[in-house]
Amino acid sequence: MSDCDKCEELLQGYLDRELSSEEVAVAEMHLEGCDYCRRRYRFEASLRQYVRTTAAERMPPGLMAKLAQLRTTDPGSASI
Amino acid sequence: MGEPETAESDGARRVAMEARDRVRFEEEALALADQVYRVARRFVSTREEAEDLVQDTYARAFRSWQSYTPGTNLRAWLLRILTNLNVDRGRRLQRRPDETPLEEHDYYLANSFAESGGEQVLEQDRVVERLSQDSIVTALSALPDDFRDVVVLVDIGDFSYADAAQILDIPLGTVMSRLHRGRRLLKARLAEEAAA
Repeated sequence: MSDCDKCEELLQGYLDRELSSEEVAVAEMHLEGCDYCRRRYRFEASLRQYVRTTAAERMPPGLMAKLAQLRTTDPGSASI
Repeated sequence: MGEPETAESDGARRVAMEARDRVRFEEEALALADQVYRVARRFVSTREEAEDLVQDTYARAFRSWQSYTPGTNLRAWLLRILTNLNVDRGRRLQRRPDETPLEEHDYYLANSFAESGGEQVLEQDRVVERLSQDSIVTALSALPDDFRDVVVLVDIGDFSYADAAQILDIPLGTVMSRLHRGRRLLKARLAEEAAA
């Protein structure tokens, strides 16, 4: 397995902050020396950011009130 | 003071404590509603379905609040309920990607994406800007359910692999492979869109 194959395997975990510190060190060392993987990394990072911000849709305004109606307790009783 | 009285006041105190815990649970759960909705919205195709799913989730959560262990991840617990309800709604009558030889199709898309220089195309800000919100949403909803669930939980829900594994009741390795393949497919679809 070449360094780049290994790096691709590590890249996902690296971007998702799921690697151990040893693995982070391996990934960063490779990224430092490899143009191709660095470009890939930048692309993957911006894509994740883009998906996160674009596909996240806020809760519709009326929903919170509907959820609050499902409560089994009286909110005021918390201070007892 | 006789013993029966002590037992009675102990009981009363327990009831009062439980009531307080329950109120706190409901308030903490409600504070997460927006984050729960964001994930639900990408699990289903319409806003109405997402609202129904979230309401069903909260109704069940409020009923079975005692099965939640305080101090653990409440958001993951709520999403576990939501995922189960979504499955119950009969969403998954279609094929399950992990049990069918999807690889060939999957890699065909990924390879054609790589060959077309899709990453370089997407890398340019202008092209990324040209991808509308609709194209991301469409590409996500076109993913096979099992892939989409993982991508949505990790990328939109910001869950760890371990939380996603727990929510979907699948092994950690399956989370990682579905995530990898799901993102590949997503990129392929976006590259097609950007090239169109």
